[in-house]
Amino acid sequence: MAQIVKEPRFHIVKRADISSKKAWTIRIIAILAALALCALITMVCTGDNPISIFTTIFKGAFGTQRKSWITLQYVAILLIISLALTPAFKMQFWNVGGEGQVLIGGLAAAACMITLSDKLPNAVVIILMIVSSILAGAIWGVIPAFFKAMWNTNETLSTLMMNYIATQLVAYFTIVWEVPKGSGKIGIINQNSNIGWLPNVGNKYLLSIIVAVLVTIGMYIYLKFTKHGYEIEVVGESQNTARYVGISVGKVVIRTMFLSGAICGLAGLLLVGGINHTITTTISDGQGFTGVMVSWLAKFNPVAMIFTSLLIIFMDRGASEISTVFELNQSFADILTGIILFFIIGCEFFIRYKILVRKDLGKENA
Amino acid sequence: MKKFKKILSAVLAATMVMASLSACGNANETETASEATSTGAEATEATQAPASDVKIGFIFLHDENSTYDLNFINGATQACEAAGVEYMFKTNIPEGQECYEAACELADAGCDIVFADSFGHEDYMIEAAKEYPEVQFCHATGTKAHTEGLSNYHNAFATIYEGRYLAGIAAGMKLNEMIANGDITEDQAKIGYVGAYTYAEVISGYTSFFLGARSVCPSATMEVTFTGSWYDETAEKEGANKLIEDGCVLLSQHADSMGAPTACEKAGVPDVSYNGSTAAACPNTFIVSSRIDWAPYFAYIIDAVANKTEIATDWVGTLETGSVVLTDLGNAAAEGTAEALAEAEKAMNAGTLHVFDTTTFTVNGEALTSYVADVDTDPEYTADTEVITDGYFAESGSEFRSAPYFDLQIDGISLLDTAY
Repeated sequence: MAQIVKEPRFHIVKRADISSKKAWTIRIIAILAALALCALITMVCTGDNPISIFTTIFKGAFGTQRKSWITLQYVAILLIISLALTPAFKMQFWNVGGEGQVLIGGLAAAACMITLSDKLPNAVVIILMIVSSILAGAIWGVIPAFFKAMWNTNETLSTLMMNYIATQLVAYFTIVWEVPKGSGKIGIINQNSNIGWLPNVGNKYLLSIIVAVLVTIGMYIYLKFTKHGYEIEVVGESQNTARYVGISVGKVVIRTMFLSGAICGLAGLLLVGGINHTITTTISDGQGFTGVMVSWLAKFNPVAMIFTSLLIIFMDRGASEISTVFELNQSFADILTGIILFFIIGCEFFIRYKILVRKDLGKENA
Repeated sequence: MKKFKKILSAVLAATMVMASLSACGNANETETASEATSTGAEATEATQAPASDVKIGFIFLHDENSTYDLNFINGATQACEAAGVEYMFKTNIPEGQECYEAACELADAGCDIVFADSFGHEDYMIEAAKEYPEVQFCHATGTKAHTEGLSNYHNAFATIYEGRYLAGIAAGMKLNEMIANGDITEDQAKIGYVGAYTYAEVISGYTSFFLGARSVCPSATMEVTFTGSWYDETAEKEGANKLIEDGCVLLSQHADSMGAPTACEKAGVPDVSYNGSTAAACPNTFIVSSRIDWAPYFAYIIDAVANKTEIATDWVGTLETGSVVLTDLGNAAAEGTAEALAEAEKAMNAGTLHVFDTTTFTVNGEALTSYVADVDTDPEYTADTEVITDGYFAESGSEFRSAPYFDLQIDGISLLDTAY
């Protein structure tokens, strides 16, 4: 019997290269497809027409002046955390400890606000908050980096585990500082004296946004134009090459994680001192993980991250508005966000690979 | 991490939805869809025909999946529909800046009243109240309205300790029945209680429950364990199991999940639940449940705004206002319970029975003649107000504050852990 080798109808081929125009076309198609599916599901659940659904999504993010500001503020915080993770990722150091680094930075800020409010003038308290939260975040980042540099421990595990330590520390201090007694929550710190509250610039939302802009510019320059940035890239490409050209890999790892943790600590400072004025175990709301996605989707490009973080926050707030307006519960918003993320992440597959459909030769089927 | 998991599960759910959609949909799906449509239609009807032009916005910590929030949501829907006013719900609002934003958004949307249901919302409601002086901000379970000095910020609570006391009587009757049947001896009449935090609201709750039980079963004792969360199904279940292993023959709880009731049903231990009946899930062990009905308060604030009258700074609902209610008795309730409850309720309404009567309990072996409680909230927990009047502890006195402040540890109750 002669064996017939049949060519499959289609197969998957890795793309050698793809123009950025084509890549973005694929991404836009994915987003449109995600929106279409969201509209379809919302239609099935609510019976409303898709146009009103899209209007609602948009209104959820930018419907009123306040909503626009809140959206931008959320984008700013997510962007700062994503930027913080980026240098570590670029050198192939998988920092999934953003959550813990943000929390510990926030805890340091809260500690200053609570314990120093009646001892030092406001300006000094704020300066101490800035220093201590940035340092706390940096230390939280350096610990896993140190173990990685010295004994080559797995940083994914150690950064992840540091998250739990930070969460439990915050839980512990919540009980220490709780008001009123036994309630298990701290509440707004210095609500009437406002000591340790970061000053409003223009309005209460603008400060985080300005910081985010500065961090974005700084990170762009740092990664693109400095010696440090270059060293990070070399270490990320190949540690052996780095060693060969005389770069101390351990030093770069520790230095980069110091920076990564410090910026996360800064995000914690903004969350506690500038926005919430309290500390809870859930204050970073998973953004240490969402930031991983923002950074990856933007291919570690700080400027592109503005758009990816905006996209995620926009979709998130839009989905949440849909669930409020159409009286569905929050799980529905989560479903919509899930669909959108599924498409956005899924489309990366089509950017990296292409599907070749077999050309029909006519003879075979005849 | 939670969010991450949420997103992950949402992605999974999405793929499942897509799969079922491509399979041309099934009957189940159409059913939920039509249900959703009908509730949607109801809601639009409600917003189309307002009887008065008052608009009220609600902020809930969770959604209808939490017994605590469901109790508020039901009260809100009932009161708003009865008054024919327009209303907006915001569910799943955490106890952080999100609450402030939600309150401001509701005020921006034209609400005359903004209500929040969770204790941790308070500070953020106060921030919003400062910004919108013409909007009334009402907050359940909070403690700060009487000290903040804001004319548009109000607290509300109910004398739930009376409901707990009545539920305690039902528990005591059950213990007596078990003793009479020879299931347990008098010394074994030990009650278990799963609490959330060592917070005054919880302490007031389990103490009044215990006093109710002991008023009919004098040999009763109680053990209390704390979970460190208002909603943690696993911890509540584990806490309940621990108490049952410890020899507790009847349980009650102050935490919002089904953890303790289901643990009781599994172990066959009678249970007094909270926030609503658990008879459906626990048919063999459910005795009774006390809860606060918030509809009277919502009706009151809607009425006050419509008629431009002042809303009380601290509003205390009672048995008489219909704010404190007991559910129907379950299968596990002892004979004669209904009569005993009716009698006690009558005595409470007549003012002859006080839950925290100082002749009925001792603290460190001594009767209480004076106690200064921490009524005004401050970080140092300063005791500031004398609360013993006429031989009883004046809990939730409307001249003090609506939220409970009974935080004494009375004899007969032992706390297993006080980490939280």
